Amino acid sequence: MAKYIGKRLILAIISIFIVSAITFFVMNIIPGGPFNKEKATSAEAQKVLEERYNLDKPLPEQYALYLKNLLHGDWGVSLHNGRDIWNEITSRFQVSAKLGGMAAAVAIVIGLVLGSIAALTRNRLPDRLIIFFTTLGTAMPSFVFATLLLLIFCLKLGWFPVWSSSNPNYVLPIIALSVYPMAYITRLTKTSMLDALNQDYVRTAKAKGVPGWKVIFKHALRNALVPVVTYVGPMVAYILTGSMVVENIFTIGGLGSTFVTSIVNRDYTMIMAVTLFLAILMVVANLLTDIAYKMIDPRITFE
Amino acid sequence: MLENQGLKKRQLFSAQVDLSKFNDKDFDQATEDEKKQQDVMGESTTFFKDGMRRLRKNPLAMGSIVVLVLIIATIIIAPMIVPYKYSQIISVNGIRDKTAANLEPFEYSKLETKYMEETGEKLFPHIFGTDSLSRDYFIRVIYGTRVSLSVGVVASIMVLIIGLLYGSIAGYFGGAIDLVMMRIVDIIYSLPDMLIIILLSVVLNETLKSFIEGTVLQALGTNMISIFIVFGLLYWVSMARLIRGQILTIKNNEYVLAARCIGTKNGRILRKHILPNCLSVIIITTALQVPSAIFTESYLSFLGLGVSDPLTSLGSLANDARAGMQSYPLRLVIPAIAICLIVLALNLLGDGLRDAFDSKLK
Repeated sequence: MAKYIGKRLILAIISIFIVSAITFFVMNIIPGGPFNKEKATSAEAQKVLEERYNLDKPLPEQYALYLKNLLHGDWGVSLHNGRDIWNEITSRFQVSAKLGGMAAAVAIVIGLVLGSIAALTRNRLPDRLIIFFTTLGTAMPSFVFATLLLLIFCLKLGWFPVWSSSNPNYVLPIIALSVYPMAYITRLTKTSMLDALNQDYVRTAKAKGVPGWKVIFKHALRNALVPVVTYVGPMVAYILTGSMVVENIFTIGGLGSTFVTSIVNRDYTMIMAVTLFLAILMVVANLLTDIAYKMIDPRITFE
Repeated sequence: MLENQGLKKRQLFSAQVDLSKFNDKDFDQATEDEKKQQDVMGESTTFFKDGMRRLRKNPLAMGSIVVLVLIIATIIIAPMIVPYKYSQIISVNGIRDKTAANLEPFEYSKLETKYMEETGEKLFPHIFGTDSLSRDYFIRVIYGTRVSLSVGVVASIMVLIIGLLYGSIAGYFGGAIDLVMMRIVDIIYSLPDMLIIILLSVVLNETLKSFIEGTVLQALGTNMISIFIVFGLLYWVSMARLIRGQILTIKNNEYVLAARCIGTKNGRILRKHILPNCLSVIIITTALQVPSAIFTESYLSFLGLGVSDPLTSLGSLANDARAGMQSYPLRLVIPAIAICLIVLALNLLGDGLRDAFDSKLK
């Protein structure tokens, strides 16, 4: 176990390191420096600025400094508005984390319930309906779904107010963000639940007279949960990238929309910082998922 | 008659064959005709025939094939019939028609109506209306579908080729080569792909511009090329992993050993003995790769990182339509439906292929 965790930890650190290297060197390929503005700065001022931000040094040295600053919590400043990136990221991330967390919770709870229902009513009407809608759910890109929700429920029917920071209404964004993972979890739960229901221990439990609900919740569902756990890591990644478009569509000022606007503004330091931040989140989520998976199911052997 | 009088009387529950019921004729050799009657062997079948037979029994998969064939036929034929181009701003008699912007489906602009009244000639209707730049929307959707589908197919083929080469080399040679190659795969696998895609798209956009100026690639646009580069760099890892896993099990079979004993070259063993046996996995994964590539492309287009104007894809059409979605919701709904339809059909077809070709499910 310790060996496995160590191995995964090293892999995670390497991938974060690679992402940071890609982001840094790729950022420097782009023509134009941060101080090449439309308004010409004098050569002296330019030089002072470059010295101030270490831009006069060779690239590998700059990278080392970047990493050093990063490890000290200094993410630099936005090229667009000169704000401190770390403050910007943390304040925006609070909104995104709220949205993403609720979407994840909704996806897991509803996905588990629907998946169990589908497995228990196999090949009957509820199962057919659930599978039909989840198939549809996985075929619809989140941005299409989000835009249609906004169009129908906000603008045409007026059931929900358009999002504003003073009057936040998370219902529609959560629906838009959770549809795909929910559909996925439903299908996953159905398969693993069917598998669990056919196991010998379920038959034994039934045979010795355990009540039906107890068989389902205690014996079948608990074992059916194991494959679902593996999806948590990819789901975090999906929700983080999905929130980019969903936040943008619903004009929510979270990290996702910050990322998109920084792309539009070509605010390179911001793009790099958010990429790195999200990458670290995803890698950590994947790491935790894999470790949790191995811990939950003792049958899985370690390499 | 057999001499069975000497045998003991048969016990009631004995399993011994009661020979008294038979005569000599029963022990004659069977004639050729009789032998043939016993032949109930089914027609010999190949891997593909077998899979296709199973696929044909799956109504969802067959329905998806019909839908896909219809879509492909439409995007091939429609540009031949519709007299407009995807980038063409509608003009009547060589004069730019300023009244033709934002037309409803099947509506004609004022200039067009006037022209038709004067000459009696019938102009081709704008089936989905026109967009805000007076371009025929139907043909734009058709071209958007073309772009989206070809991105999906080309990206999947790239993934297939790279993944196949990489996975088979790692799996076949094993040992230190495998170890190193798979650690590389592990690392790429743990990178957050969407973020890297967005990052690279942004950067490649800026840097590729000067490279492709004046070449054929310019028509594709930097975004499109960066999408392909990114797919080629990142998306092959799961394919490589799958194929390596397959090869690891297949290469331990006796026929591979036999081939090696008679001195067959490595390449030939891979091509003739190993790869045909992982064909099912390859087909299924490639089929399911297409919709995911279309998804990714539409997502990037939606973020404004897709193909460059005037060329369009379904994602960028949907993105463009967002600005006027309250007044012209159809312009958003049409590409949205097209994406859903294509992805749904491809997903169902992929599932059907898995059921039909995966030997483990038989």
